[in-house]
Amino acid sequence: MPFKAILAFEDGSVFHGKGFGKEIFNVGELVFNTSMTGYQEIITDPSYKKQIVTFTHPHIGNTGINTEDSESKIIHASGMVVKKFCEKPSNWRSSESLEEFLIKNQVIAISEVDTRELTSLLREKGAMNCCIGSLSSVSERDAIKAAKGFEGLKGMDLAKVVSTKKEYEWNEGTWPENHKSEKSYPIIAFDFGIKENILRLLTEHVGKVKVVNAETPFEEIIKLKPKGIFLSNGPGDPEPCDYAIENIKKFLKEQIPIFGICLGHQLLALAGGAKTHKMKFGHHGANHPVQDMLSKDVFITSQNHGFAVDINTLPSNIKVTHISLFDKSLQGIEFLDAPAFSFQGHPEASPGPQEIQILFKKFSLMVEDYAET
Amino acid sequence: MPKRKDISSVLIIGAGPIIIGQACEFDYSGAQACKALKEEGFRVILVNSNPATIMTDPLLADATYIEPIHWESVEKIIEKEKPDAILPTMGGQTALNTALTLDKKGILKKHDVVLIGANREAIDKAEDRQLFDETMKAIDLETPSSGIEHSMNDALEVQKKIGFPCIIRPSFTMGGTGGGIAYNIKEFKSICEKGLELSPTSELLIDESLIGWKEFEMEVVRDCEDNCIIVCSIENLDPMGIHTGDSTTVAPAQTLTDKEFQIMRNASFKILREIGVDTGGSNVQFAVNPENGKMVVIEMNPRVSRSSALASKATGFPIAKVAALLSVGYTLDELKNDITGGLTPASFEPSIDYIVTKIPKFAFEKFPQASPKLTTQMKSVGEVMSIGSNFQESFQKALCSMEEGLNGLNSLSTNGMFASDEMIKSELTIPGPKRIFYLSDAIRKGWTLEKIHSLTKIDYWFLDQISELIHIEEEIKSMKIKELDKKYLLDIKEKGFSDSRIAEMLGLTEDAVREHRKNLNINPVFRRVDTCAAEFATSTCYMYSSYGGKCESRPTNNKKILVLGSGPNRIGQGIEFDYCCVHASLAMQEEGYESIMVNCNPETVSTDYDVSNRLYFEPITAEKILDIIEIEKPEGVIIQFGGQTPLKLADFLSDKGVNILGTNVDAIDRSEDRERFQELVNKLQLKQPSNATAKNVNEALEKAEKIGFPIVVRPSYVLGGRAMQLVNNIKELEKYLNEAVEVSNSKPILLDSYLTDAIEVDVDVVSDGGNIEIGGILQHIEQAGIHSGDSACSLPPYSLSEEIQNIMKKQAIDIAQELDVIGLMNIQFAVKDNDVYIIEVNPRASRTVPFISKAIGNSLAKVASKAMIGKTLKDQMFSSKLPKGLSFVKEAVMPFDKFPHVDPILGPEMKSTGEVMGIGPNFGEAYAKAQKGANKTLRRSGVVFISVKNSDKKYLEKFAPEIINAGFNIVATSGTADFIEELGLSVKRVNKVAEGRPHIVDNLLNNEIDLVINTTEGTQSIKDSASIRQSALRNKIFCTTTMFGAFAIIDAFKSNEDNWTYSTLQEINK
Repeated sequence: MPFKAILAFEDGSVFHGKGFGKEIFNVGELVFNTSMTGYQEIITDPSYKKQIVTFTHPHIGNTGINTEDSESKIIHASGMVVKKFCEKPSNWRSSESLEEFLIKNQVIAISEVDTRELTSLLREKGAMNCCIGSLSSVSERDAIKAAKGFEGLKGMDLAKVVSTKKEYEWNEGTWPENHKSEKSYPIIAFDFGIKENILRLLTEHVGKVKVVNAETPFEEIIKLKPKGIFLSNGPGDPEPCDYAIENIKKFLKEQIPIFGICLGHQLLALAGGAKTHKMKFGHHGANHPVQDMLSKDVFITSQNHGFAVDINTLPSNIKVTHISLFDKSLQGIEFLDAPAFSFQGHPEASPGPQEIQILFKKFSLMVEDYAET
Repeated sequence: MPKRKDISSVLIIGAGPIIIGQACEFDYSGAQACKALKEEGFRVILVNSNPATIMTDPLLADATYIEPIHWESVEKIIEKEKPDAILPTMGGQTALNTALTLDKKGILKKHDVVLIGANREAIDKAEDRQLFDETMKAIDLETPSSGIEHSMNDALEVQKKIGFPCIIRPSFTMGGTGGGIAYNIKEFKSICEKGLELSPTSELLIDESLIGWKEFEMEVVRDCEDNCIIVCSIENLDPMGIHTGDSTTVAPAQTLTDKEFQIMRNASFKILREIGVDTGGSNVQFAVNPENGKMVVIEMNPRVSRSSALASKATGFPIAKVAALLSVGYTLDELKNDITGGLTPASFEPSIDYIVTKIPKFAFEKFPQASPKLTTQMKSVGEVMSIGSNFQESFQKALCSMEEGLNGLNSLSTNGMFASDEMIKSELTIPGPKRIFYLSDAIRKGWTLEKIHSLTKIDYWFLDQISELIHIEEEIKSMKIKELDKKYLLDIKEKGFSDSRIAEMLGLTEDAVREHRKNLNINPVFRRVDTCAAEFATSTCYMYSSYGGKCESRPTNNKKILVLGSGPNRIGQGIEFDYCCVHASLAMQEEGYESIMVNCNPETVSTDYDVSNRLYFEPITAEKILDIIEIEKPEGVIIQFGGQTPLKLADFLSDKGVNILGTNVDAIDRSEDRERFQELVNKLQLKQPSNATAKNVNEALEKAEKIGFPIVVRPSYVLGGRAMQLVNNIKELEKYLNEAVEVSNSKPILLDSYLTDAIEVDVDVVSDGGNIEIGGILQHIEQAGIHSGDSACSLPPYSLSEEIQNIMKKQAIDIAQELDVIGLMNIQFAVKDNDVYIIEVNPRASRTVPFISKAIGNSLAKVASKAMIGKTLKDQMFSSKLPKGLSFVKEAVMPFDKFPHVDPILGPEMKSTGEVMGIGPNFGEAYAKAQKGANKTLRRSGVVFISVKNSDKKYLEKFAPEIINAGFNIVATSGTADFIEELGLSVKRVNKVAEGRPHIVDNLLNNEIDLVINTTEGTQSIKDSASIRQSALRNKIFCTTTMFGAFAIIDAFKSNEDNWTYSTLQEINK
């Protein structure tokens, strides 16, 4: 049943709406996502930790929740902001409604809010700290206070918060055919908040995947004789993740193939000596054009990042492979002196366009090359 | 890759006349292509037979040919212009097929011309059903289980395998012409027979029926470097079984998860690559089984289409413009997205944060013999689009845009009585154009959504949304206006309830609701279409209204003029009016005003966001227009150019104190109100056919006797001759009054004496209030009584004396003066025995304005608009002089091939959907070219069948020898044959259908006849002879139903096609 809910900002402004999901309150950084499909993937993406997601598409919930499309076991986003919430899903794969899924995950959402106004606001002012809550759980004044009290994502190491505690093997290919690679090269995937579709694609294209905790030391990994290292996406600021950065430096020296996505990309760049910064409102959508600098091909990509690598700080041993055609920002790098490359956007898509999944093939060739010599 | 250096001139082929399945969306795409390529420095050569288009404006191309889009004519143009390339993807199926023929005949090779934007192989692969199926199999995509056949026997074989129901589609026809769904063997045979005839390759595709599957479309753009983007996804509310052009559709798709959407997206790209669409826009259609998600590919169009026009307007991404630039070598990343002011490149996928709904508009009321059922063959004549911040708002706004007296989901019930359960069940199962209203009534009657879903297969998502709207209506009905507090009213406004619908629910006036709303300070907000869901700022003023949130309209303080568009296309009000509105907008900009356009038709040029300074994509209703006026505060509003649509708002706006530019609103009333018009006629001492107005049946019968038969009857205040009929006696009039119309005090009917054998003339006048000039005098070829929109006509007149023309000029000027016309006025005269009669006066832009403008090389609409803001005709140095030694003929294009059961006879009710222009050094050549442009093949010798009514027999004395001279042998039915024999001419007799076999229809079907002259009168004889005309139409035998038309054919025969001249508008009007 819907309840009264609010969205309160640190600057004191408050939006009223209809709440659904769990009647609680939560704080986070408000971001917008312009993807027109894939809310299930988005809210279960660990990269959205401590973030409240505004969906620009007006109807959310239409296709319910199914058992196949989640990017992790739980909802990671701190809350959802939507214009129109659909209570009765209509899709042949739907096994429960979005509302049921939210309640199960103890997450609150607010609807009947002007998401376009919020998006314009975020575009102008940058990502903002805010509090989303049911009026039964928090007053306007306390919500504003809570928003003010949120420490923000700058300097926050969230990767280790969301990372798996136990290592595990992954053995599932991509939907719907569940294709798996015939190769059995051992691949280590560092979990900084990994999306399951990455694991599915690694399984489909590269080899046997073992997922490990973000802070697993180099020495332990090297004992496993990996033929490739994968650095996952994840939430928060890459800079404080020194444990990961130090690890990556060592893998680079070992000349083991490395592929990084999103946070993984930022960590790889930091390990190479570049700098990162927090963006004004980040990239969150499924329609961003990215150009391959060599072939000049344009890929429409899925994007979700609030931090970025500063293109001007790249050392001479790292070359730019991709840039965003929206704002010319850095999207991909490759090391000249090591078999390592990374991508800022999300080649695993989910949600979003899949054409740049060819990067997984690139990684696969790199791994094969390394393993065979 | 930058633009190709090996090409410097491009021939663009247009789509020709507006027909069902190919409407003014190709004016939008062609106009964009011309502009884009011209800006890039290419020499643009254009051929299009349709003068009512913006694309044929002489400024848009370097060389504009208003000539038939037939390979023979196009070859002549290629010989003359020697273009480097042909762009065939902007002009629909017509352009594509013409290009294909040019290629197959070796003409392209001979003249060293390349096709850009599509190649022959790709066109074949996409259009040839068998090749298409094989191509899809090669890339592991499924198509419906089907067979491709070239004969009836083979078709029957395939049917056995597929079962019933099955879908039959002929290859290479547009809008699914000739296709249909067969539920039994009889239907199957009849559809196949017709399809084999209509397909230029005599090829049929017989598909397993996917009725009830969900239907989706993807609009794809690809460049020569293989960069692909999806501009928009579209979901059909009406599942498979109804042609997508006849379906209510929604963008973006609403019921697909990302995983499913990406499968469709990837498949679309794969299809474009495999088909070989190297550059440009394409449209791919999919069907999805709602039970298990199984996806099959239905078809793809390797060109811009009606859907791409919709997708362009829905997203703000100009597909046609981009496709044109890609065809000359650019890549997507090299092009800018104009709507964000170039902040972003064209190589991205629009994200939209609103919902777009398209609803088609039908004209079944014009074709009572046609079955008003929706199938796989497109039958709609126009469409509306609307934008709302959610589906419900978008959907209800679209309903209000339809101009069918709807203000929302109106019930079909009368006096609280709903249609019977059986009727509703039947309407839900076998859909017609009103299905959505039967569906709403079913909800009102308490039917469960499960039951409705099982009958319609419409997705529950849509049913839930609609059901909620109905329940809110019931809630409002139980409320008092003061109970509609701010929160509640805002909530329902945001769901798209119009003021007038709310008023209806409350039993109040629209004004009362508006006032209440204003008191609560609830005003619409205007949001921008920005292609990016607000991620980037936009300065482009392309807007739609919604409620709640922030208004982004940001009106300027410039002096500005609002132009009201013409809404959805329909028979009687089409592209001509959009042409006028666009010109009004351009004229305002030329005069230093900011121009603001309001319209809701996605097919048009007027709804391109870069045509006017500001565009509001809104229904043209009192509420919405007043809202826009309140926020924009324009100096004036132009309502003369959008046909009846804005005119209907004249009184309302004028009451609200809005400054209506040009002719006084009262003049409209003086010309439309029968009594006041008569006063005017009497005052000016003009002649009018005797006439009367009747408010009930008895009065009508009485007055008819007084006037004398034949009489033309029609309801008052109609456009396009809706329900107009010629009646010859009291019996026919009674039948008409009982069956065809409703007569009442508020809906009187009009009776006019019918002037037999009179010549009808259209005169267009432009006035600045002081100076009055004649724009043009058009002599109709068909006699008075045939609707002016369906008549061919000639500029200048081809048989009227100078003296008669001068009389009409003087009368026109007198009327304009009396009515104080400022702007345009159209008068229809009839000339009989050297007497001039006034038939009708319309103080507004008429259908003939673009035609005349093209001929005189001066835009009447522009001149008139400028006159309306005070620039005199003298200041404008206006001249309506026709180029010396040229004749211009307009021919109407009829949709009869889409309605096989309809009698293809001309009459007082307008039925044509479009027009073409023929230009030649004499009337004969111009007329012959117009026929060719209208795709009517005139065989120049052979056998002519003549059967004429008694009153026409006198003409045979002149006609019969002339047609024999032209090289024809005459075949005639007994009455006509007797008459011809008496003239001492040879004639072969043939049986009428009722006289036993073999009869004339057998001859026609055996292709033994090359020309049909068939005039008839009286309900019974019309009925008896209908099969003659229908058979002629089906066998593509030229058939004229008037004697005046028959004489024009003799003139046409005098022109030798080999010697036809081809001149550009630029040359003609130098």
